[in-house]
Amino acid sequence: MDNFDIVIIGGGPAGMAAAITAHQEGIENLLIIERDDSLGGILRQCIHNGFGLHKFKEELTGPEYALKYEKKVKELNIPYILNTMVTDISEDKTITATSSERGIFQIKAKSIILAMGCRERAKGALNIAGSRPAGIYSAGTAQKFVNMKGYLPGKDIVILGSGDIGLIMARRMTLEGAKVHAVCEIMPYSGGLARNIQQCLKDFDIPLKLSHTVIEIHGKERVEGVTIAKVDEKRNPIPETKEYIPCDTLLLSVGLIPENELSKGAGIKLSNATSGAVVDQKRQTSVEGIFACGNVLHVHDLVDYVSDEGEIAGKSAAEYVLNSKTRNESLIKIETDGKIRYTVPQYITEKENTKIYFRVDNIYNNKKIILRSNSNIKTFKKQKLLPGEMETITVPLEFLDAESIYIGLEDL
Amino acid sequence: MYDVAIIGAGVVGAMISRTLARYNLKICVIEKSNDVATGATKANSAIVHAGFDAPVGTLKAKLNVKGSKMMEDIARELGVKYKKNGSLVIGFCEEDLNEIKKLYKRGIENGVENLSILGKEEINKLEPNLAENVLYALYAPTGAIICPYELAIAALGNAMDNGVGFIRNFEVKSIKKFDGFFTITNGEKEIKTKYIVNSAGLYADNIAKMVGDNSFEIHPRRGEYILFDKECRGIVKQTIFRTPTKMGKGILLTPTVDENILLGPTSVDISDKENKSTTAEGFFHIISQGRENLPSLPLNKNITSFCGLRAVGDKGDFIINSFENNFINVAGIESPGLSASPAIAEMVKDILIENGLSMTLKENFNPIRKSMSYFADASIEEKNQIIKKDNSFGKIICRCEKITLGEILEAIRTNPKPYDLDGVKRRTRSQMGRCQGGFCSPYIVDILAEELNIPYIEVTKSGKNSVINIKKLKEVNGNG
Amino acid sequence: MKIEMTCIICPVGCNLEIETENKKIIKIKGNTCPRGEKYAQTEITNPVRTLTTTIRCSNGEILPVRTDNPIPKELIFKCMDIINNVVCILPISAGDIIIENILNTGSNIIASKEME
Repeated sequence: MDNFDIVIIGGGPAGMAAAITAHQEGIENLLIIERDDSLGGILRQCIHNGFGLHKFKEELTGPEYALKYEKKVKELNIPYILNTMVTDISEDKTITATSSERGIFQIKAKSIILAMGCRERAKGALNIAGSRPAGIYSAGTAQKFVNMKGYLPGKDIVILGSGDIGLIMARRMTLEGAKVHAVCEIMPYSGGLARNIQQCLKDFDIPLKLSHTVIEIHGKERVEGVTIAKVDEKRNPIPETKEYIPCDTLLLSVGLIPENELSKGAGIKLSNATSGAVVDQKRQTSVEGIFACGNVLHVHDLVDYVSDEGEIAGKSAAEYVLNSKTRNESLIKIETDGKIRYTVPQYITEKENTKIYFRVDNIYNNKKIILRSNSNIKTFKKQKLLPGEMETITVPLEFLDAESIYIGLEDL
Repeated sequence: MYDVAIIGAGVVGAMISRTLARYNLKICVIEKSNDVATGATKANSAIVHAGFDAPVGTLKAKLNVKGSKMMEDIARELGVKYKKNGSLVIGFCEEDLNEIKKLYKRGIENGVENLSILGKEEINKLEPNLAENVLYALYAPTGAIICPYELAIAALGNAMDNGVGFIRNFEVKSIKKFDGFFTITNGEKEIKTKYIVNSAGLYADNIAKMVGDNSFEIHPRRGEYILFDKECRGIVKQTIFRTPTKMGKGILLTPTVDENILLGPTSVDISDKENKSTTAEGFFHIISQGRENLPSLPLNKNITSFCGLRAVGDKGDFIINSFENNFINVAGIESPGLSASPAIAEMVKDILIENGLSMTLKENFNPIRKSMSYFADASIEEKNQIIKKDNSFGKIICRCEKITLGEILEAIRTNPKPYDLDGVKRRTRSQMGRCQGGFCSPYIVDILAEELNIPYIEVTKSGKNSVINIKKLKEVNGNG
Repeated sequence: MKIEMTCIICPVGCNLEIETENKKIIKIKGNTCPRGEKYAQTEITNPVRTLTTTIRCSNGEILPVRTDNPIPKELIFKCMDIINNVVCILPISAGDIIIENILNTGSNIIASKEME
């Protein structure tokens, strides 16, 4: 069995950033395992621009952003294998993978970095009434057909869910000649970025119907239409508001879920709020020596933050291997008020500069974020907080002499 | 000229075709859709019933008990997953217990073996996750589970390997009798045959009327289901029925042979034979009864929902008879039709013989079909042997169910061949996991287009106009 | 005239409240950086967008492309028409120009990925 210091599972933005940083920290015996036929992950099909403003101070497309990292991986001669799917990770860090070239094989790692990304919530989970004809796709699947394969999956489109991929696909399908009749969002606010609502919907006069959902799908062979309705505060459809929209395609952009099937196999503790691993500030999971970063840990809004997180995980894994460092058991818990839906990390194990990423559960205007530990209090003013956008705050070192720190929202 | 034309490639038609394939007969199976097993066979409870349910003396009772006993051997021959997981009819009160006692008595009379009535403690040992207030249960250890479309595909495939013809996309428009044989047409082509077996499911009454048999009607009864992620495996091990009441049989809960958990069905009479729509009321009913049985039902692990239509006859029993000597009806095959299907096939064979079709056994009939899941079920060493010979078995296409390119290619090349995404799905389980084809369907479209040698744009979900893509983009002067 | 718009310069997406006279901004609120005002002025006089799409290549595959500078918003569909009728000759590297000065906008269509 081959032995590696660090094995990185997933060659997308998180995995590549982690590998590059680990290499820069002095680890040469490492390996990236990628299931697709090239590095880059989901960025390969995200051909729109808007990536890299934080990291590179320029607006790149997905493939351009990925290429920057891919070039670096190649320049540093970081080993990677493609077309290889990891099927199992055990707690002792044995990795089982399969590929055409090698068949089913096992390798052993001192440290593993999980960077498998996320997947879209499927239609099945929604239980929309009606038939099950062709023409129902998740937005990402449609994106693959259009951007990677060069085919148009439909010409009259209704989109359910206003996540960013849905908004981006509304524009993309419009550019390629389709008509997007409506984007329905069950919540009273959009889950996507404000700029995408402007440049993907408003630019093309595509109606965004907030507090609306699709209640029935019609059509025998191919979708023929959908019935939509407004929903009340409890998200129950209001029958009098039913509206039939003829269409041949229903796209779903109803959320992303970290892909943690492998993590479960390794016995890693997962968070109900993020569906990703519970981690400390080093992005170390509950299994010592296994780290996680990117969308497998929690769904990010910007790839720039994914890369940042990859760097943290890469550095921490290198440190773990080089110093045979075991986990510091004294924990500082991070508690929230519920309005802050989750934080990453969920706890802190060492006194070091720590940036906390979090998301709120609703739209809030004119609030302050309160950070408190023992008698220390710090506040950050916020004009606007949106569930779709990730926020960050940095915890000052003196706040870390405590058993727990608290983050909450209060009125200005 | 065929000796026998079987109309309808559901599990019943498929099983009949395999039974008749043992004889020196020229046989075809005619199907209106793009594939085998696309009607009631693809969406039902997937249960081999023990046989205590049907009234004593009915065809349902007789054929269920007999078919259920035959099923295990047939499944083995056809390489179809089958598990004798046992079933429980659970009761919450004294009234339920009385009903359970009746079922017990009926089961004994029907010839069901090893039935027993359990109390709370014994139920807990078998199924610790059931609701606290489940007090009684009828336990039938001979109850089993099977995948109905896998059975139909394997039975028809095995029949085809033994010489039976399969004619897809042939919707029977009229049947004429002339000089003692039938001419079946779809408006374009004709099929001539000496005998017809009418196993057309929901449309069996329409087919019968084409030869002047107006003796029965079939109407659709909707059954909706919800399927749960494999992560829920083990939450129940037996098939759990509720005690039947005046309101019906209620919602059952069962593991599937593929380790998902299935919850359903609803039971609503409708009029449109093509209306396979699920309903909001249906979901509500399934979930609320499911929760009564199993309070810890993990609703967020639901991966899909679907609707099947039962072909319900107006006679209260299976309708298996001959209208004329050479026209045999096999109609109204609702539950326990899947369980009874091996016995139904035998009965049809006997009727054909009685009605003058002479048949002699084939010398070279091969009852064995390679299991569709042989690769998935192999050990790592065996898999590596297979990959060494054909490295497409090393390439995973469906990430959720871990289905390889090799398995998909083999399915596409094996009788009865699939011609659409759903066909590949039913044969390989690709697209059936938690992402429901989100990742792999674009790849499978590629594979199908290449294997069938058709343009990418012509690949469908389930035949006819169910296209996946409507247009190729950026066609520049025919380039690309 | 009072106008509200969302700044699309960066993912922050500031909500801008603008007062204009003769297409000139006289008052602006809501922008968290100076780029917001510049965006608002362009948006009022001559709105521009970066166009991202794909192009057919000589090997039959498709390649992601984009404009290297934003183009006038009203020309987006005209640009699509042109791009959809051009075949990109391979090999090509990211950043290579495929269509020069499209519709006299001064902007080029460039490859956003390499392909051999």
